[in-house]
Amino acid sequence: MAFKLNVNGHSTTVDAPPDMPLLWVLRDILNLAGTKYGCGIGQCGACTVHLGGQAVRSCLTPVSAVGNQPITTVEGLSAEGTHAVQVAWQDIDVPQCGYCQAGQMMSAAALLSKNPKPTDKDIDTAMNGNLCRCGTYIRIRQAVHKAAGLLTSAPAKSMMAERQQ
Amino acid sequence: MKNAYGTSFPAPENRSEIARLTRDAYAHHPAAYAEVEAAPEVFKVDRREFLGAIFTASAFVLGANLATGSATAATTWQPSVYLGFEPDGTVVITAHRSEMGTGSRTSLPLVVADELDVDWKTVRVEQAIGDTKFGSQNTDGSCSVRDFVAAMHQTGATARLMLERAAAQKWGVPASEVALRMGKLTHAASKRSAAIGEFVVAAAALPVPAKTELRFKDPGEYRYIGKDVAIVDQHNIVTGKAVYGMDVKRPGMLYAAIERPPVYDSKIKTVNDSEALQVKGVQKTVQLPPFKQPHLFQQLGGVAVLADSTYAALQGRKKLKVDWDANPAHSSFNSAAYKQELFASVHNSGKPVRNRGNFDTAFNTAAKKLEADYYVPMLAHASMEPPVAVAEFKGGKVEAWCPTQDPQAVQQAVAAALGITANDVTANVTLLGGGFGRKSKPDYVVEAALLSKASGKPVKVVWTREDDIRFDYFHSVAAMHMKGGMDSSGKLESWLFRSAFPPIASTFAAGAEYGADFETGMALNEILFDVAHMRAENCPARNHVRQGWLRAVCHLFHAFAIHSFVDELAHLNNSNYVDYFLKTIGPDRQVDLTKDGVTPWNNGQPTATFPLDTGRLRRVLEQCAQKSGYAKFANTKNRAIGIAAHRSFLSYVASAVEIAIDSEGNLTIPNVWTVADVGQIVMPDRVRAQFEGAAVFGASLALMGEITADNGRIVQSNFNNYPVARLKQAPQKIDVTIVASNAPHAGVGEPGAPVIAPALTAAIFNATGKRIRELPIRQTKLV
Repeated sequence: MAFKLNVNGHSTTVDAPPDMPLLWVLRDILNLAGTKYGCGIGQCGACTVHLGGQAVRSCLTPVSAVGNQPITTVEGLSAEGTHAVQVAWQDIDVPQCGYCQAGQMMSAAALLSKNPKPTDKDIDTAMNGNLCRCGTYIRIRQAVHKAAGLLTSAPAKSMMAERQQ
Repeated sequence: MKNAYGTSFPAPENRSEIARLTRDAYAHHPAAYAEVEAAPEVFKVDRREFLGAIFTASAFVLGANLATGSATAATTWQPSVYLGFEPDGTVVITAHRSEMGTGSRTSLPLVVADELDVDWKTVRVEQAIGDTKFGSQNTDGSCSVRDFVAAMHQTGATARLMLERAAAQKWGVPASEVALRMGKLTHAASKRSAAIGEFVVAAAALPVPAKTELRFKDPGEYRYIGKDVAIVDQHNIVTGKAVYGMDVKRPGMLYAAIERPPVYDSKIKTVNDSEALQVKGVQKTVQLPPFKQPHLFQQLGGVAVLADSTYAALQGRKKLKVDWDANPAHSSFNSAAYKQELFASVHNSGKPVRNRGNFDTAFNTAAKKLEADYYVPMLAHASMEPPVAVAEFKGGKVEAWCPTQDPQAVQQAVAAALGITANDVTANVTLLGGGFGRKSKPDYVVEAALLSKASGKPVKVVWTREDDIRFDYFHSVAAMHMKGGMDSSGKLESWLFRSAFPPIASTFAAGAEYGADFETGMALNEILFDVAHMRAENCPARNHVRQGWLRAVCHLFHAFAIHSFVDELAHLNNSNYVDYFLKTIGPDRQVDLTKDGVTPWNNGQPTATFPLDTGRLRRVLEQCAQKSGYAKFANTKNRAIGIAAHRSFLSYVASAVEIAIDSEGNLTIPNVWTVADVGQIVMPDRVRAQFEGAAVFGASLALMGEITADNGRIVQSNFNNYPVARLKQAPQKIDVTIVASNAPHAGVGEPGAPVIAPALTAAIFNATGKRIRELPIRQTKLV
């Protein structure tokens, strides 16, 4: 079946079974491999993308459920690593193996778009669905705070605003 | 019978050969140092040697393009297998170890760049394919820096001297007056300077200096070593461009999902694939033969569904109908009953692996006695990226792309499975989405190679999380039995330590029931106690699954039992862990295990270089106690602290764990303090990161890690029933102190993990009075 998708600001049409999870559509058909498979049952968050601005688990989202909602993947945060979350992730040296970090950053970006000044507790709640087996959690928490700080600066703020449009 | 290495496997009774093979598999062979010494001897290798290199052109044939393997760069000078220069002076450094999150893909090249003295920003790091010329590439055992840092220094210093000599020759000045700094050659007196690119060709023609001619930097001259440098893949990771094994695609590639035998060492009875073949996108099914014992790194066997997408392969696999001929030797494996078997084993005498004085006599006459049993369940690795591999069989050769900790093992295992030679296998190493030891065992690459041969197309074998958890090389379940005899003052005078675990040795010798040297060496017989009468015994246990090493390996269960027992002894004698442990390890000294009839395994390293040093152990414990406020910590039923100190992977680590328990018994970990003496280090921030991660890893297995079997089948399947620590469950703050040390570089990736479980359960005891002797903690109601 043909599905028209808006991914990272680009329109594209894919031919896929309606029940095919968005995860595999992104990875196998659209060659957007930044979004990772980790569990397939919505337990680990490695596959997190934004659908209509909301963080969703793409492994549990059939392509037929996407409709006309825009999809943002880690590649769409910014190709150059300039999104506040990507900047903070690098400043704090969060990644170890790095495999889960796309999902972590997508969850963090979604949190910050709704809550620009999250507390530790807000972060713990928003990020608890994203597993990291290397154990980078304390740096993830630091990096979300750092990204929140960056977002209050004018250039980053306008960048985020652009992103959300 | 041939093993994965293409040689005949020894009979199980041939202990020394088994020991050698298992040691090699775990990379801690005594020859490791010899290898390091030998590695730099490949300087200015013969042209033919370049053919297998990652660099494409030879040193002395400018413009030649001897394309091989995954080569991408054109180099004009390759003074070492680890270093090459392009015609414009671009420095290309080879990372020959695998990157799974420890940072070694950055740290080892960084040492070359620093010693050479070039701008790190101008360096390109290339990942090596599997090739014995690099020395061991088996990235496990926390030894990448330890085993190769010397070779990296020598590589850099050699190239620097040759460039300086080349410049001196051209400028007609003494070589001693030419200096290479930040990629620029300078002669101060004549105010001449030039970029290294101008001298690459001339340097290539010079004789290679002897090691004695080299000048190594003083630590004060280091630009990068000891400083914080971002890992080379960081930008690619945060932008989603980093390539893991899961991300590899080849033209015309098929995707495969494999239905594997649910019971270890079982065969297919019947297969009905007619419905599977109806699934859109499914192209064919292929039966994979079962392994022959010993299983080594062979495929498990089963039925593969090959399709044009991951999803179609997974959907097709669901429609397969496979009847299994379950192996009766393993189909009755039940974890609850097996636990009783293990305890029965440790309640009888085992094979002595250490003996000092006379335990039996001393214990019988002891003034005070304590006995305790401990249990740590089976665990799965559960790296975030499950096993995955792409292989392409063409013209009798295989090219593989895989997240592997050991590309040479890939070559050997694939070659053995396909009846070709290791040289016919090109093993390209991607980034690893975690490894923790799982990805040292390349069974998944063997599967891909067999399926590519069967289908005539490149094949990507994708393991789902369920496959990963059910068909792991599991970390062994272990039961341990302790007896301690004290004098009237409470001093430990006699100690018996028995341990039974289905050994990793069984992966290399079918049915082996006793641990290999590296397993018993992981703290069953390498404990630094100053106790007059000690005996350690390894009691037999039979494997019913594939066993394999997991981060910190046998230290995970042995350290839990040892330090829990010390904490129990301390409380029995109105003392605390720190005081009692320090009294038990005795005065500062280097422990000589040979006096106890033990040839120390010591991670395959000589004790002369890496002694068993009680002084270093004492200092990390004292410093950790001080940093955490252990002695004066006001333990309550809601908040308490525990601590433990342990030597593993040649490093000395103490961690204190603070817990909080709410009125409903929910446990959180507000703080962990870790003090580690790991010898010299290259990248301080990555060392800290490893200890942060190890604290989470250790807490995760202690709190919730458990794999069980029922009728030979693994019960758990995904993160819903094999939970690993989440953000809220992990330690909320982790304070890591790396002790300044001039000692040789020791282990970093693993030694942070073993201390966490005993410190955590000691804290629970201090809060609740409940002594947890069996993990995971979640089985015990805390209030």
